[in-house]
Amino acid sequence: MKPSMKVTIAGVELKNPVITASGCCGYGREYDRLYPMEKLGGISLKGMTLEERQGNPPCRIAETPSGMLNSVGLQNPGVEAFLRDELPNLTGRDVVKIANVAGSSIEDYCAIAERLDGSAVDMLEVNISCPNVKHGGASFGADCTMASQVVSEMRRRTKKPLMVKLTPNVTDIVSIARAVEDAGADAVSLINTVLAMRIDIKTRRPVLHNNVGGLSGPAVFPIAVRMVWQVANAVKVPVIGMGGIEKWQDAIEMMMAGAQAIQIGAALFYDPYTPLRVLEGMERWMEQNGVSDINEIVGAVRPW
Amino acid sequence: MAYLQGSFPLLARCELAPGVFSFTISCPEIAAQAQAGQFVHVRVEGFTLRRPISICSFDRAAGTVRIVFEVRGRGTERLSHCKTGEMLDLLGPLGNGFSAVKPGEKLIVVGGGIGVPPMLQAAKAAGADATAIIGFRTAGAVILKEEFEALGCDTRLATDDGSAGYHGFVTGLLKQRLAEGAAALICACGPMPMLKGVVALADEYGIPSEVSLEERMGCGIGACLVCACKTVKDGREIYSHVCKDGPVFNGNEVVF
Repeated sequence: MKPSMKVTIAGVELKNPVITASGCCGYGREYDRLYPMEKLGGISLKGMTLEERQGNPPCRIAETPSGMLNSVGLQNPGVEAFLRDELPNLTGRDVVKIANVAGSSIEDYCAIAERLDGSAVDMLEVNISCPNVKHGGASFGADCTMASQVVSEMRRRTKKPLMVKLTPNVTDIVSIARAVEDAGADAVSLINTVLAMRIDIKTRRPVLHNNVGGLSGPAVFPIAVRMVWQVANAVKVPVIGMGGIEKWQDAIEMMMAGAQAIQIGAALFYDPYTPLRVLEGMERWMEQNGVSDINEIVGAVRPW
Repeated sequence: MAYLQGSFPLLARCELAPGVFSFTISCPEIAAQAQAGQFVHVRVEGFTLRRPISICSFDRAAGTVRIVFEVRGRGTERLSHCKTGEMLDLLGPLGNGFSAVKPGEKLIVVGGGIGVPPMLQAAKAAGADATAIIGFRTAGAVILKEEFEALGCDTRLATDDGSAGYHGFVTGLLKQRLAEGAAALICACGPMPMLKGVVALADEYGIPSEVSLEERMGCGIGACLVCACKTVKDGREIYSHVCKDGPVFNGNEVVF
């Protein structure tokens, strides 16, 4: 019998635990041309703000050993254009649609939450962790009080499940996770990118026009595993793990650390089929290891 | 726009000039759909990001695509060591290509340095109706000149140092060519200052222009939004994306 890949996050059922990460798969159109999005458990859509944002000037990307930096700066058409031009393409399709929501004020987050409340979006991912914008973003995610305020205010404005995306650029991610859980978060996702920098030694200029950006890719995977493990041990809500996952072994490892689902981001750029390879590998591993339900391995790590 | 990803064998390779390599790859599926000006996104073993490389030419009957690239860093250096028979992981064909001119209409293609290769396929259909203006730093860096001539193009060469052909930039040759007569379209690829000059001349003569841009790229298909370039749309400056909205843009859309 085929192993069960089904997972339930905050009351939303995903046919499998593999989700594409926000900012890496647009609004689902581009990778849809290579394989149907229905193969995925979910899609976390490109971060959206209340109004359109043009993002940061180029250069917005830099390669690093086993990873990359980006500083897109939340370029997006705004929530109205999302609802008008993008969401209809996904409505009615058998894939969990996660709207990633960002703002520069608590009012922004709330206005977007209200606007999405009656939409076909299944879940909101509260982005309090974008390192590439001047106002809002990670400044909300680095402070327990601010993080808690954003979540509790949004909680009152929407019935959609709230998954809060956490930044690793803090001293103690566990205290932030606890704060958003107490404020009413239904799940947490982590980690967003790690704040980083590259300098071109010829020009003596930072490679990124924003000077600094977010590191992602396999380089951050062990950091992500550690943080997911710490957070999963500290909160009762589901944890969605991400950061550098590129192989099925990484996905299993992340779930053993305590993640109930995983997101795949940067690996899409070098291998667009990563989510499908990861899923196939996980199923094969489960069959070989007598694991009939993927939920059995969540938090299955046996710490020393 | 359709694209696919797969592994394809390298059929032939050669070094056209120091550090400039030509790879002919057997990939019938990509050749079947490719348009002049499009690119392929090439995976390089050991590197996180693919390298976007413009298609120099394709042969649908033979099922081949040819790319010509310059070694610019460690990734392209590693790529240049690929041997005949090795498999190359390509995603493509990507982006929007150049427009074609109607039979009998005059086309001018302008290429600077490593911007010359994509102009070869663009000039192909026009043959003797195309003027190819190609510029390089110096005589030793000249590539593809004989191939433009073999297509029957009126081929004009410029070098920055005057060691071969016209002494100066391609814009000098373009000015001469435009003084001789009009054309239906000017297509160009090369450094931004060159493209700016080409578009200004095209505007002066009232000829439509299309330019191919370059920017550091992530996904290559419009999902990650990193390859931003400033363009004008409906009178408003916006960041478009080279991979999906380009790499070929209408010359007047680009904010130089």
